[in-house]
Formats: sequence, C-alpha cells, structure tokens
Amino acid sequence: MSFDVLVTLCLAYVLLLFAVAFWADKRAARGRMGWIRSPAVYTLSLSIYCTAWTFYGAVGYAARSGMEFVTIYLGPTLVMVGWWTVLRRLVRIGRIQRITSVADLISSRYGKSNLLGVLVTVLAVVGTTPYIALQLQSVTLSFDVFAGGGVRADGDSLTQTALFIAGGLAIFTIVFGTRNLDANERHHGVVTAIAVEAVVKLVALLAVGIFVVFVAGGGAGATLEAIDASEISEWHAGPARWMTMIFLSGAAFLCLPRMFQVMVVENSDERHLAIASWAFPLYLFLMSLFVVPIAVVGLDVLPEGANPDLFVLTIPLAYDRDALAMLAFLGGFSSATSMVIVAAIALSTMVSNHIVMPIWLNARKGGATVSGDVRTVVIQARRLSIAGVLALGYLYYVFSGGGTALAAIGLISFTGLAQVLPAMLGGIFWRGATRAGAAAGLSAGFAIWLWTSFLPSFGEAGLLSASVFTDGPFGLSLLRPQALFGIEGLDPVVHSVLWSLLVNAVIFCLVSVLTFPTPVERLQGAAFVNVFRYSEGAPGWTGSAVEAEDLLMMSQRLLGTAEAQLLFEGEAAGQGKSGYIPDVTPAFLEKLERKLAGSVGAATAHAMLLQITGGVSVTVEDLMKVADEAQQILEYSSQLEAKSQELGRTARQLKEANDKLVALSVQKDGFLSQISHELRTPMTSIRSFSEILMHGETMTPEERQRYSSIIHDETIRLTRLLDDLLDLSVLENGQVTLNEADWTLEAILDRAVAATERAGPGPAMTIDRDRAGERTRIRTDGDRLAQVFINLIANAQKYCDADAPRLRIVVRERQGRPVVDFMDNGSGIPQKAQAVIFEKFARVSDHRAAGGAGLGLAICREVMHRLGGGIAYLPGQGGAAFRVTLPRRQAEAA
Amino acid sequence: MARPGDPKFLARAGYRRRRMADAARLVPLIGAVLMLVPVLWPGTETRTSGAMIYVFVTWAGLIAVIGAMSRPLGRMMRDPDPGAEPAPAGDED
Repeated sequence: MSFDVLVTLCLAYVLLLFAVAFWADKRAARGRMGWIRSPAVYTLSLSIYCTAWTFYGAVGYAARSGMEFVTIYLGPTLVMVGWWTVLRRLVRIGRIQRITSVADLISSRYGKSNLLGVLVTVLAVVGTTPYIALQLQSVTLSFDVFAGGGVRADGDSLTQTALFIAGGLAIFTIVFGTRNLDANERHHGVVTAIAVEAVVKLVALLAVGIFVVFVAGGGAGATLEAIDASEISEWHAGPARWMTMIFLSGAAFLCLPRMFQVMVVENSDERHLAIASWAFPLYLFLMSLFVVPIAVVGLDVLPEGANPDLFVLTIPLAYDRDALAMLAFLGGFSSATSMVIVAAIALSTMVSNHIVMPIWLNARKGGATVSGDVRTVVIQARRLSIAGVLALGYLYYVFSGGGTALAAIGLISFTGLAQVLPAMLGGIFWRGATRAGAAAGLSAGFAIWLWTSFLPSFGEAGLLSASVFTDGPFGLSLLRPQALFGIEGLDPVVHSVLWSLLVNAVIFCLVSVLTFPTPVERLQGAAFVNVFRYSEGAPGWTGSAVEAEDLLMMSQRLLGTAEAQLLFEGEAAGQGKSGYIPDVTPAFLEKLERKLAGSVGAATAHAMLLQITGGVSVTVEDLMKVADEAQQILEYSSQLEAKSQELGRTARQLKEANDKLVALSVQKDGFLSQISHELRTPMTSIRSFSEILMHGETMTPEERQRYSSIIHDETIRLTRLLDDLLDLSVLENGQVTLNEADWTLEAILDRAVAATERAGPGPAMTIDRDRAGERTRIRTDGDRLAQVFINLIANAQKYCDADAPRLRIVVRERQGRPVVDFMDNGSGIPQKAQAVIFEKFARVSDHRAAGGAGLGLAICREVMHRLGGGIAYLPGQGGAAFRVTLPRRQAEAA
Repeated sequence: MARPGDPKFLARAGYRRRRMADAARLVPLIGAVLMLVPVLWPGTETRTSGAMIYVFVTWAGLIAVIGAMSRPLGRMMRDPDPGAEPAPAGDED
C-alpha cells in the first residue's frame, strides 16, 4: 500500500467528518434535532474516553503488564454504573447552573471564585498537554508504519507530519468548536462527528480482534491456550496497582475536561444517562475484549523488539491484510483526533472564560464605554486558545522526543486531573466545603503531582537531576520525588496518586472545616448539594402568581413592542384566546425564557423571569451570572442607548416642531387680528376724514388740505400693505420671474443704503461697509436682492435700540458661497422669538412704532429662497444679526 | 373518594421506586467489590486467561444488571415521585 493512498484516504475521511459536522450543525440550527440529540449519539460521544491511548496503547499495556490494562476501563464502568449517585447529580447541576466546564463547576460552586477557576484551568492545561502530545505521537507513528514500510523515517519528517496533523485539528476545532457562543455551549456538529469516529474506532478494533482470534489465532479456545502459553500468562497485577488504577481511571473519567465537556456540558437530556449507563460500559467492554489476544498474537508473530503500542496496525500488515490495516489506521486516527478536538474545545472554553476574559475586562475597566464587540472578543479568545493548546501539545511532542511509552504519559495526565476530584465531590455532596479548602487542597495536590509525577516524567536527564531522585532536593531525602517521607518501594504511579490525592483530600477537608464560607459560597453550596430538592424532574416553572401583563411589559422592553406582542398574541391564539394575554403556563414561561435568552443571555433571562414569577429558587448564581454576562447586557444596552439617543433626537425635533406650531397658531390668531387691525385702522381714518370732508362745507382750505392728505397717506399705507401681501403670495407660489444680471455686491448695497437713508426718525445710524469684500461679483436679480438688503437695513434702523446705532455689513465666504452679514449693536432678538421672526406678521415686540406689518422678513426669506440662497438669524453677535447666503458663484468666466 | 385499596397501591409504587433508587446506588459498590476480587488472587497460581474470563463475565453481568434497571430509572427521572413522598434524607443532604 502506498503512502499516497493512505494520505488520500485520510484526507477523504477528514472531509467526511467536516461534512458530517457541517450537516449536523445545519440541522441543529434549523431546530431539527432528531437523532442528533439521541441517547445513542450521547453514548458514542462519551467514547472520547478511548483515545489513541486505548486504541494503540491498551495492547501495548497488555503486552507489558497483562490484564492490568483493563483497570483503565473498569473505573469508568463503575462510575457509569453508579450514575444514579454521582453523574445524575453532576449533569443536573451542570444544566441548572449552566456550567460550561469543569473549571466553571468548581469556581461556581465555591462562590464564583475566579482564583479556583484559574487554578483548575492551569491544572487542566498542564495535565492535558502531554496527552495531546501523546495523540499526535500515535498518529505520527502510525503514519510512519505505513510510510517507511517498517523502516523508520527520519525525525524531521515525523515532526512535520505531527505539525500538519496539529494544524488540521486546529482548523477543524476552530471551525466547528467556535461557531456559536451559546449560553449552553453545545456543539452539535462536533459531537455528531465524534459519534461517527466512535463507531469507526470500535468497528476497527473489533475487526482486528476478530481477525486475530478467528483467523490468525484459530478460534477462541486456541487463543485462550495461546494466552496461557505466552509471556503474559502469569497474573502479576499487584493489588496496590490494581486498586489504584481502577480508582484513578474512575476519578479521571469524572474530572477530565474533555469528559466533563461531553458528559455534562453537551448533555441535552438527563435521561440519556439511563441509556448510557449500560451502553457505554458495553462500548468499553467491546473495546477491551480483544486487547489481550491481540497483544499475545503480536508478541508471538512479530519480531522481537517490535513496538507493542503499534500491534493493532502491524499485525494486519504482517498478514498482508492491507484493508484491515487501513481500517485500523482510521480507527487510531479517529481516536486521536476526536480526543484532541474535544480537549481543545474544553480547554479553550476554560482559558477564555477564566483567564482571557477576566484580564480583558480588567484591562478595559478604565473606559466606561463598552462597545458591542465583546462576543467577538470571546470567540477570538477561544480560537486563539484552541490554537495555543494545540501548539503546546505539538511543542511538548517535539521536545519530549516522543519516546515515552504511551501508557505512562496517560497515567501522569490522569493523576494530574484527578486532583479536581475532592473539590468536585466535596462540592456536590458536602455543604461545608469552602473555597479556602478547595483552593488549599487543589494547590497541595497539584504541587505534589508536579513533584512526584510530572517532573520525573521527563526522566533522570530531564528537569530533575539523578541526584534529586536518589537523595532528594538539597539532600532532603524525605522529599525524594518517588519516595516521599521515606516510604520506598511503592510503584511510582501508586505513590503519586496516593500522596497527592490523600494530601489533597485531607487538606481540603481540614481547611473547609476550619474556615467560614462567604454568603455566596453558602448559597451556592446549598444550591449544588440540594439540586434535586428544588428541581425534581425538569426544572419547570410554577407560575401560579404570575401576571401575564407584567411579563408582556418586561418582554416588550427586551424584545421590542411588535415582536413581544406577536409572541404573546401567538401564544394566546395557541391557547384559543383572543387578545395579547395568554395563560401563564410553565411551557409558555420556558418558551419565553428561551426567547429572552436570545437577547440578554440565558442567566439574565432566567433571573428576570424568576423576579416576576417570584420563583422560590433565585440563586445568587443567577444574579452573579447576570454580572457574568455583562458583556451581553452591555452590548445590548449600547444598542438600546443608541436607540434611545435616536429617540431623544426625534423627540427634540418633534418638540421643536410642536413649539413652532404652537407659536404659529398664536401667530395665526395674531395674524387675523393683525390684518383686520392693519386694514381697519387706515380704513377707519379714511372713512371718518372723508365723512368730515363730505359734510364740512365750512372747512378752511388748509383743513381740507390736511384731511385729504391724511386720507392719502392712509391709502398709501393700505396699498403698501396689500402690495406686500401680494408680493409674498406671488413669491410663495413661485410665480415670480427673476431678471438675472451680473452685479457687484457693492452696487446693490449702495442702492439699498441710499434707499434707506431718507427714512428715519431718531438718531441716525452709522453703517460700516466692507468695500473690499463687496467687490465680489455675483449673478442675480439685483432688484430683488436690493429689496432684501433694504429690508434688513430698515429693520436695523427701526429696531436697533442702541444710543449710537451702528450697523456693520460684512461680506465673507462660507463653503464657497458668498454671505453678507448684517450686524447691529442693539439688544438683539430674544431666543424664543428667533424661531418665528421669518414668519408672516411676526413682530418681536408689540410696538408698532415702526409701522411695518411684520411681513418684511417673510418676504426676505421667500426672495432669498427664490434666488437660490437663504437668510438666517445669526445668534451670538452682540446684537441682532442676519446672514444672507448667496447662491454659489457661477464660473466667473461664464 | 378513595377506595381502601388505592392509597396502599400508591404507597407501594412509591416504595418500589425508592428501593429501585437504593439498588441503583448499590450496584456500583457491588461492582467495585467484584472487580477487586482479583486482588486477592495469589500471583503465581493464577492464569491470565482465567482472570480474563472472570473480569469479562463480571463486567457483562454488571452491564446486564444496570441495563435492566435503566428503563425504570429513566421513567423515574421523567415523572418523579407520583406518591409525593418526601425524598429520603440520605439522598439529599
């Protein structure tokens, strides 16, 4: 079989896994869970316990120590068989408290202590890294078996293969492990792919086993005889090792981050445990059944010195069964990849939740503004953590040289992670367990594990020198890493497990008894230990006293009015009611909670509903989750803030518009009385004076002259008023024709000033001109523009109340448009009037001394509008100031 | 409302359930004891084949027992405690 075929097959297999994961994710996203959430998939996903260490290593283990290998599977079997006591409780707690990882469990139980979270995370990373290296090593070695045809390839190419594998796994994990940031952290795609891999590895190992027993070995009876005739015929399992291994594997089964991930976090239904309680031991049983026969046949058939860790692969090859060897290779590949993927997901969740996010949130504490990019940060942190975890595994593989037997690394890893056990079991069964106890126990166990197991694993030439092994550090023989306190002759693994877990548990209990827990710890302790008391069955809502209206009010705030009403209306319709108020059923509450969780996060939604429903079991955890999920809330609130700002703007605009409308309405009343007044006053005087003239034969010519001139003046005033009204209406209707010509501003201003000079009682006004600026050439209707200027100057003359009235006329350029500012030194126009001065009949003060009808500025505005410019009041100039904006200059050459 | 037989029947069902839960707690202990039996074997006289047969037969038996219990236990999780008995103190505290 060529190496290329192998690589092609491998890639095809990986593509298949991608497809399965993608398809399952798609299906789950559409809500069609079906068998994705079946007990079968759950059971198969638990099989990540069987890594390459099982697939290849178990045979190697059996070839070295006979039946002892089986202890690694007996421990988990006993844990599964005892699911009613421990696992059921763990899964229930995981679901109710929304636990995301084993670190989260410990930190949450002990009062949400981040210190403990960090401790467990570090322990998990240190403990899992060698294990990931182990998987890389086994896949690389199995490649090597095919590639070299037995001849060992050079180290560089092995390292390279490992690098490719690590990279590929990182990509798969990142793609499917960080797709969504669910509150419940479930990865349907990954779990389904792992279930497929579980089937592949079981079928592969069974196929090799059946081949070995019935083809190579000549039947069951012959195989048993062969076993008794082999090197491992003797039962030499030491009692200490046998017991320790069963205990250790059971403990690791509960504490391994990847096991916790599939068993607790990915669990979608507690009842799956009932099926898995027998199905998973059966899986382990089948995986173990043929291990000893394979080891015996391998020892018998293969040449002396062949690596027993690869018997599963090399036996079929020795019999020239290429297809079987290929299947075995895929089985080993599956075992390694599924473990690495889930371990990376579990570790990345811990690292990002307990190390990266706290640091990030702390670093950002200075800036009060929190933007909505927190989700992105979490996902990025996870992705980086996954890459980081795999990189660590790869580096460990490269630096350790990949030499140690597989089983040894696995046991070291198990011992490290089992340190979580006292804190975990104590946490879920003993209310008296405290944070200090857990931290002290964990730290002590961790330290002893490092000293007795992890550091010695690098060998005598590694991190510890040979003299440390024989004489202890600094000659302290009591602290020899493999003979603590002078007790010699123990097996190193037994020694390490015994001391680390013993000291860990004793310190945990002692410190817990001696310290006093904080209120949060006590509440959490009660919630964990009494998890079945408040939540027998599904944790349903008992919403007898709930007001649907309150719920609707709250939902509207979170979901938006339309969506919330739609939801409630739909639910009411489903219950056969009309209107928006459905009956508050537990089912409805759960639906609502899920819906709200989409907006504010599961924990917040839960806590909010609890508040309204008055649920009995608001835990501090719920409230702390609220704080924990600050990122989601803050993201949401920043959106809300933006929305409310927008609403605020709209409201202000509306208020302005309303104020203006009110003012206009007042003005309109004013306009009616004004216009009747304006018309009536001259009419009255015209009528009375003409009556006097009609009846006054005795009048002197001077008197007649005076009266008729009054009548004349009044008619002029009337005419002017009517002219203005007419002018305005013409302008407003757009019926005006403009006579455009080239002008300089100077010429127009000259006309305007000249036209206003003769008017004017009161002190004469000084007008400051800006001759230089006025040379600006414009093309416009000069008469109309002059009309505007005249109006402004006249207004200034009329209303400027300064002792020495002075008007400045300045020409400037603003954004390419010439503007003319008219600024006087009077008291200006009060702010409340500024908004209406351009309206018809608006007069700032009531004094009619000026005699205008209040149409001037309205006309100005219309004129400027027609001319393509504008006029505006310019506040803050120390007096009344108006800015006339002229249209953008045409190209001067034109 | 209640005929004399009814409460007795309910109580009996509740009682059965509690004993079933007890059994579920007991199985792993029995399993552990059985799996520790090999520790007592004298090293030199025991054959690996015999040990293998013992371990796998015990293992299969354990799987069969817990398999038989899984259905009633699963039912107990679905509809807890129709007899409305308070949970035994040993379980929760």
